[in-house]
This record gives sequence, C-alpha cells and structure tokens, in this order.
Amino acid sequence: MTPGELQGDQGQDWIAVTERALPVDRALAWATEPGCGAIVTFCGTVRDHSPGRRSVTSLEYEVYPEHAIPRLEEVAASARSRWPMIGRLALLHRSGRLVVGEVSVVVAVSTPHRAEAFDSAEYCIDTLKHTVPVWKRETWAGGTDWSWCAHEIEDVGT
Amino acid sequence: MATLRLFGPARVEAGEARAELAGRTVGQVLEAAEVRYGEPFARVVASSQIWVNGVAATTEDPVTDEDEVAVIPPVSGG
Repeated sequence: MTPGELQGDQGQDWIAVTERALPVDRALAWATEPGCGAIVTFCGTVRDHSPGRRSVTSLEYEVYPEHAIPRLEEVAASARSRWPMIGRLALLHRSGRLVVGEVSVVVAVSTPHRAEAFDSAEYCIDTLKHTVPVWKRETWAGGTDWSWCAHEIEDVGT
Repeated sequence: MATLRLFGPARVEAGEARAELAGRTVGQVLEAAEVRYGEPFARVVASSQIWVNGVAATTEDPVTDEDEVAVIPPVSGG
C-alpha cells in the first residue's frame, strides 16, 4: 500500500481516516528520510478494559468526516510550526468497528534527532485526542456505551 | 432550513444523524431539535460544543439555509 491509496496524502504529510486496517509498517517505511536519523511511531490499540468496564470486546469509532481530516491537518501544521525540523509526518485514524488488539491510530514522525521525534509524536497524539471530532463507543461484557474517556473538543491552536 | 448534524451520544438520543430544521439562529435550531428529540437529547446538547460549518458557534450566531449546525459531544478519538 502506498500513501496515495488512502485519502489525504500531501507529500510530506500523510493524513487519513479509513475503515481499513491501518498500515503501520508502511507508515514507518514512508516516514524514513535520508536527512532524518529518528522515527517515532506511536500506535494506539484497542484495549480489553476501560475505566469501570471489564472484558471490552470491541470499539466503534464514529467520525465527522468533513471535519476530521481538516482537524488532523491542523494538528500536523501545528506540530510543524513547533518542530520545523520534522521530515515526514503521518496521522492515521480508524473509523468503524475494531476488535481488541487492532490499531486505532498511528502517529509516525521523522526528525534529524530523537528528542524532537519523541516530543512531536507525543504532542500529536495528545492534541488529536482533544481536537478531532471522533467518538468511541465501547462494547464490553456489561453492555455498549460511549467512552468515559472523553474531552470537550478544543481548537488546535499553534 | 439549516442542516443539523448529530454525532455520538447526540445521534443516538435523537435517533437520526441529520435533519433539516427551521431557525434564524443557532439557538432557534437547537430549540427546534430539543422539541423534536426530547429531554435526553437536550441533556447531551448541554454538555456539547456547537459548530457551524466546522467552527465553534454560540446560540446567538445567525444561520441560513446553507449552514450546517453540528452537535459535538465530548470527543474520544485516539
């Protein structure tokens, strides 16, 4: 799979929301650049428990499609303004139903040195959790309901 | 008639994801929605942010037939 097979490839940024399995290995390979000596890849995966809920079996991600991609692009632009040395940056998010162990989100970022790669990847995942219109519905042994780990949506800022 | 888009718990309480509702302001559109969908929906709205065309809005903001009002409950991506 190449970046162009998922919507939103913009050269040095790869932004996508997809119902298909996220291409983690491909994102890592894509982020590799000659001028960058560090790549940090963060994967969020579906966990089998959440606060007050044992035996979570699946999640359903609902997305506001017209605005999730622009928000992810804002996150990428904000990260680049803070860390201008970023080489390539991938922000990929799943939609639809996922079972335990599946990858729900990928951040892959390359920089010349490792400190900026760690810092910018952490910034991207922390920021996207608070700024992108996505909702997680959990199914566990006791029922199905929206995640308790929710945040009032914020603007991305710079 | 403005377009109302509903997501997450707002969609579930309303029983639909999209509606066309009359109103000259965001507040009037939301009042029409709360009449249509009832108290559980109104409680979700009270804890949600409201967007017009992807931008945070207030209840006083005007809306036209071309505008999309969205109820954005607390988000949980990642």
